[in-house]
Amino acid sequence: MQELDTAGLGSIRVTRKNDHTVVIEKDLATEQMVLAMGPQHPSTHGVLKLECLTDGEVITQAEPFLGYLHRCFEKCCENVDYPAIVPYTDRLDYLAGMNSEFAYALTVEKLLDIEIPRRVEFIRVIVAELNRIASHLVAIGTYGIDLGAFTPFLFCFRDREIILGLLEWASGARMLYNYIWVGGLAYDVPSDFLKRVGEFVTYFRPKAVELCNLLTKNEIFVKRTMGIGIMPAEVAINYGWSGPMLRGSGVKWDLRRNDPYSVYPELDFNVPVPDGKLSVVGDCLSRHLVRAFEMEESLKIIEQCISKMPSAEGFNPRSAIPKRIRPKAGEVYGRAENPRGELGFYILSDGKSTKPLRCKARSSCFVNLSAMKDLSKGQLLPDLVAIIGSIDIVLGEVDR
Amino acid sequence: MISTVLSQFSIPFLMGSSLNVWSEALAGFSLFGLPLGLVILAAIPLVFIALYSLTYGVYGERKISAFMQDRLGPMEVGKWGILQTIADILKLLQKEDVVPTSADKFLFVIGPGVLFVGCFLAYAVLPFSPAFIGASLNVGLFYAIGIVALEVVGILAAGWGSNNKWSLYGAIRSVAQIVSYEIPAAIALLCGAMMAGTLDMQQIIISQSGSLGFAHFFLFQNPIAWLPFLIYFIASLAEVNRAPFDIPEAESELVAGYFTEYSGMKFAVIFLAEYGSMFMVSAIISIVFLGGWNSPLPNIGTIALNDLTNGPVWGAFWIITKGFFFIFVQMWLRWTLPRLRVDQLMYLCWKVLTPFAFVSFVLTAIWEVYVP
Repeated sequence: MQELDTAGLGSIRVTRKNDHTVVIEKDLATEQMVLAMGPQHPSTHGVLKLECLTDGEVITQAEPFLGYLHRCFEKCCENVDYPAIVPYTDRLDYLAGMNSEFAYALTVEKLLDIEIPRRVEFIRVIVAELNRIASHLVAIGTYGIDLGAFTPFLFCFRDREIILGLLEWASGARMLYNYIWVGGLAYDVPSDFLKRVGEFVTYFRPKAVELCNLLTKNEIFVKRTMGIGIMPAEVAINYGWSGPMLRGSGVKWDLRRNDPYSVYPELDFNVPVPDGKLSVVGDCLSRHLVRAFEMEESLKIIEQCISKMPSAEGFNPRSAIPKRIRPKAGEVYGRAENPRGELGFYILSDGKSTKPLRCKARSSCFVNLSAMKDLSKGQLLPDLVAIIGSIDIVLGEVDR
Repeated sequence: MISTVLSQFSIPFLMGSSLNVWSEALAGFSLFGLPLGLVILAAIPLVFIALYSLTYGVYGERKISAFMQDRLGPMEVGKWGILQTIADILKLLQKEDVVPTSADKFLFVIGPGVLFVGCFLAYAVLPFSPAFIGASLNVGLFYAIGIVALEVVGILAAGWGSNNKWSLYGAIRSVAQIVSYEIPAAIALLCGAMMAGTLDMQQIIISQSGSLGFAHFFLFQNPIAWLPFLIYFIASLAEVNRAPFDIPEAESELVAGYFTEYSGMKFAVIFLAEYGSMFMVSAIISIVFLGGWNSPLPNIGTIALNDLTNGPVWGAFWIITKGFFFIFVQMWLRWTLPRLRVDQLMYLCWKVLTPFAFVSFVLTAIWEVYVP
């Protein structure tokens, strides 16, 4: 017996009986359909394009196509001064602008080796953690939409609105803040800011549990996400995953703990990792749960920062900001834990210029998305949507 | 005082002695030899569908979903946005009627029409009141179950004719879903038919009337009836493609399913058909299990609430209220639940609902035979 598979003709089976009669069976011609999912598709979270090869509802192969939102971040950086790069970093992961600025500021400060006032550090951590909660709220809400539950999304956005209001109060902008500068902050926080943040924490603590339960206690939601898109820990590490994606696979890896920066070593918080009781370790539900639990940890961090905050007396948020940034020749890699994983900046300085010779951003979404091909193989079309949603991509950061 | 007001609705000339007096009178009416009455008879459900989907269907759903989601909903056009739907319709009317160049024109154009006709034909046997039914068939229920299957043809035509991969996915999913869910739905309805002993819609309702009001409804007449009631409700959600079974139009997966390519009035007709079938299944469930146009209020001692609230006008009120209640539940579920996956949907149909429908069928038969 011999099997031939000619493209487009279906499979032709040639059987030889008694070595002389040849029986040729021809199946119905079944071609695989190429399905272009995106760049305009409701659940690709922006302008991601997935070219899927589908056999009925089953995806045999899905290839992500990037670059629809490419804005030459790295090239732009080579042409502007160090402080002027900060607004560009906002536009990487536009849902977590504070965190991106924080990572960039940390990197340049590492290159310059300057001391930052303690109050600045605490304010930075507070705004970054607030932004982390806002970002996770978007992730959780849109994940609900991906799976057909529209209502949790609006509840999430209701609470995100409060955070955006707070950040707007501090920085003057709602999403693209330009607040954390190299060596300091643009402004000190308003006088009532910390009190309001404290009020938000007490308001949001029960709400975070409610929002989490709204989806994870829903039988259909659990059925749709549990055991779907399982990523084993070793493979996740090999792909270079980070953030909630890696923790969802059961690896306790959080840069705030494993490569501590700023004042995080002084703060008490946990790194939530799925234990396999509520979900299968490494599946979509685990990643969702990690985000949901992280909001709670962020609240803890904010609370501690408020209580440990040095007084504002004689405080100048711009005191440590260098007049002119011209680092010595050398290179530096700085990284921080963003809501979506490790955001790293690699900066090369030639020692003469006030502009970086090279500034590379290591985007967490891009790395996380690279596993798409592996994750989507053999999944159903609705599961593909669930997997993309659980990766929580922001195309601004993927394409840069 | 109140009782005299109430009794106005059941004064003899409106009540009539027999069923279907209004519709029969209308059917006999003709002008210059033209059967104008028949046209009006057919137009009444059509006007009803249009009016109800404009008010309760679109505006009501938007408001209900808004209140569930901590929003206000439409507020700009008119007071509380009541004119929003009219503005939307005007917009849809002005839209260019686009037919994609690569589409199969005939199928593309005919799809929404067939879809709407499929749902509208079932209205022929819906008794809107004891005095009004489009066509008094002795196999009314059977006809209603059967004719709805015509919608599948419309969906397939729309999905295939669009020549769009997402539409095709939506159409194939939809056909698989509707055809599968017809089985548990039909068996569940058969339980009701068995309890009534007839397939005639009016007779099913009459066998649920009595002075005790709701206690005569099939749902409360025997303890088994809850099972077919729930099965039919779940299956009817799938038949009209409502959440959590809205996979044919799953917007996060298939863009808009089988009507991805539709715009303007064709789109509006598809929506009209969707709202039409939403009321249709809600009316059927209230006819078979909740007494149709019978008043749910019981006679309490000397206060004859049930007698006062029965009659042709009251009948129309009750059946529409009951139908609207189930539509409300449909909306409620839609804005609460995520969507099932295709294979889970089929699992639910074939491995859960169908066996239980058979069980309830047998149990109902046993109950009907052995329990007086």
